[in-house]
Amino acid sequence: MADMTVQSLSAASIKRRPSVGTLKFAESIFIPVAALIASAALFSVFLLMLGKSPPMFFQLLWVGGFGSSFSFQNTLQRAAPLILTGLAFAVPARIGLTMIGGEGALVLGGLSAAAIAIPLVKAGVPAFLTLPVMAMAGMLAGGLWIGFAGWLRHYRGVNETISSLLLSYIAIATMNFFVEGMLRDPASANKPSTMPIGEAYRIGAIPGTQVHWGLAAGVILAIALHILMTRTTFGFAARVTGGNARAALAQGLPVGKLIVVCTMIAGACAGLAGFYEVAAVHGQANASLVAGYGFTGILVAFLARQVPLAIIPVAVLFGALSAAGGIIQRRMGMPDATVLVLQGLIFVVLLTSETFYGRIPFLQPKRAEDRT
Amino acid sequence: MSETMPDSALITALIAMLGGAIRVSTPFMFVALGECLTEKSGRINLGLEGSLVLGAMVAYAGSFLTGNPWAGVFFAGCAGLVLGALHGFICKLPKVNDIAIGIAFMSFGTGLAFFFGKPYIQPQAPKLEAIHLGDWTGDPRLAQALEVNPLFFVGVALAVFMWWAFRNTRWGLVVRMTGDSAAAAKAMGVSVDLVRFIATAIGGFMAGIGGAFLSLYYPGSWNQGLSSGQGLMAVALVIFARWGPLRCILAALLFGAAGALGPSLQSVGISQGYYFFNAAPYILTLLIMIASARSKVAAREAPGELSITK
Repeated sequence: MADMTVQSLSAASIKRRPSVGTLKFAESIFIPVAALIASAALFSVFLLMLGKSPPMFFQLLWVGGFGSSFSFQNTLQRAAPLILTGLAFAVPARIGLTMIGGEGALVLGGLSAAAIAIPLVKAGVPAFLTLPVMAMAGMLAGGLWIGFAGWLRHYRGVNETISSLLLSYIAIATMNFFVEGMLRDPASANKPSTMPIGEAYRIGAIPGTQVHWGLAAGVILAIALHILMTRTTFGFAARVTGGNARAALAQGLPVGKLIVVCTMIAGACAGLAGFYEVAAVHGQANASLVAGYGFTGILVAFLARQVPLAIIPVAVLFGALSAAGGIIQRRMGMPDATVLVLQGLIFVVLLTSETFYGRIPFLQPKRAEDRT
Repeated sequence: MSETMPDSALITALIAMLGGAIRVSTPFMFVALGECLTEKSGRINLGLEGSLVLGAMVAYAGSFLTGNPWAGVFFAGCAGLVLGALHGFICKLPKVNDIAIGIAFMSFGTGLAFFFGKPYIQPQAPKLEAIHLGDWTGDPRLAQALEVNPLFFVGVALAVFMWWAFRNTRWGLVVRMTGDSAAAAKAMGVSVDLVRFIATAIGGFMAGIGGAFLSLYYPGSWNQGLSSGQGLMAVALVIFARWGPLRCILAALLFGAAGALGPSLQSVGISQGYYFFNAAPYILTLLIMIASARSKVAAREAPGELSITK
């Protein structure tokens, strides 16, 4: 028996076939793309049933997302927080946790950034000092928030999916509590908000564009986290833990520490997204922070198969979907929730497509037993 | 707090909380019972939040279009049934993670509800009538608190029935066995996939009815902010109730009371910290989860096949 395995292994290496790695890579591209196409087809059926034209929908999607320099910049603007919230899901996912609290960490990060800005702006501290403090506050708040869910998971055995979503609701309630009460700017009549940080403290656009610096931060963080997760001992240990936590413990890996650090990194990413929403987009913290970026980020991460680098293009895709929402609404007379339906559909189809891994014949390495 | 507040105000607040607990608990109870059935069969459906929201929308639209709120309730159940059945079907496929699919259905159900629900935000649909149980007391506050919706009693009856059926019927045994050991069920010639499919679909039906209560009775209108995580809290509630249908009633009442805390304090003029009290049910859920996560009793009663308790 053992002899046969050795023989067939050596025979397999002689035969010229794509390596296992290449095939796995091809599979991890092929299946998500096929899932996207299948979702588009199903959504077309949905549109046809409503008497709307699918070609028009996809054309508007293109026009609204990528058609002009303006719409592409709008897309990138919306992709920026999605990269960060996508990372907030993907990093814990690599260590085996389904952490869906990105929305809460974003909201709390935004609130903390806006709150710490108030005394600094009043004291006239220059922007180049204030903004880093705000960013740190946002990342710290988000990191502690999701890190807490990670801590609960490891040290208390609390299911992280439910606890992180509950923490999101608590974060939103906390934001409302402060924005309607202690931190409310009396001038904000219709929409309770914190004090605006003012034009002088706003983060500007990347030169030559109208896209704020959050996009650059997202791309840099995605690259950094990709290197961290794939090229370092820490990332290796984290992935081992994600593969088999018990084996990792048996190997003496500090599983608890790894989990807490990974979840804190995740929360910090989402908190940073909140900081950019406040410092670059809204200029203050209010209910606009609850825009669903945290939840779309989960979908982004799933489609990117939790690979930090792949999150960048996928986030741009969903940024385009969100950017095109307005034009689709106006031209086709469809409600703004159309985008939500499409997103939900992609979500369901994508997760269903998981079942095809290892089952598409031409993408499988030839196994020894196939040839006997 | 009672020293600064006259006694009658305290009583008013308590009565408001009692009435609120009964009102707020009903959707929790339906979703929890549905989730209880699904989890007893060994699968978890986090997507009941989606079924709840879609149910709320369909119930309102159904009641508006047919003029009969009970028809709306039925349609809501059917909408939940469809989502639950889809969830059950997809989870049957190998390598599919039931928790992740649940998240997907949460967003899909909510998206569908918002999409089709747009035209029904404005119009007034016929609501479910309450049963006046408290008129004899002569106290208007008690009378108002004891206006109980018939769905509450349906839920209680359902819980008692499920409790009885799990213990005393063949079907109950089959569901419990599937949840505790898929291998044993297979050995007995039971189709594990079929049992779980049916349990998830019926669980979805119940969650849909819970949604109907939201839109047709309390708060009693359809809008996009109608549900805020009740469907998800119900999942935690089932763990807290240790998969016992009767304990689900008590747990739902407890959650209902927590949810009614903010509004009932507001009814006596304490509006400070309203938003903070709004977070009470979530904080309570989290605390309960922390307390019960490592509990040995819960571990003993958990269905053996359930992924969420591992």
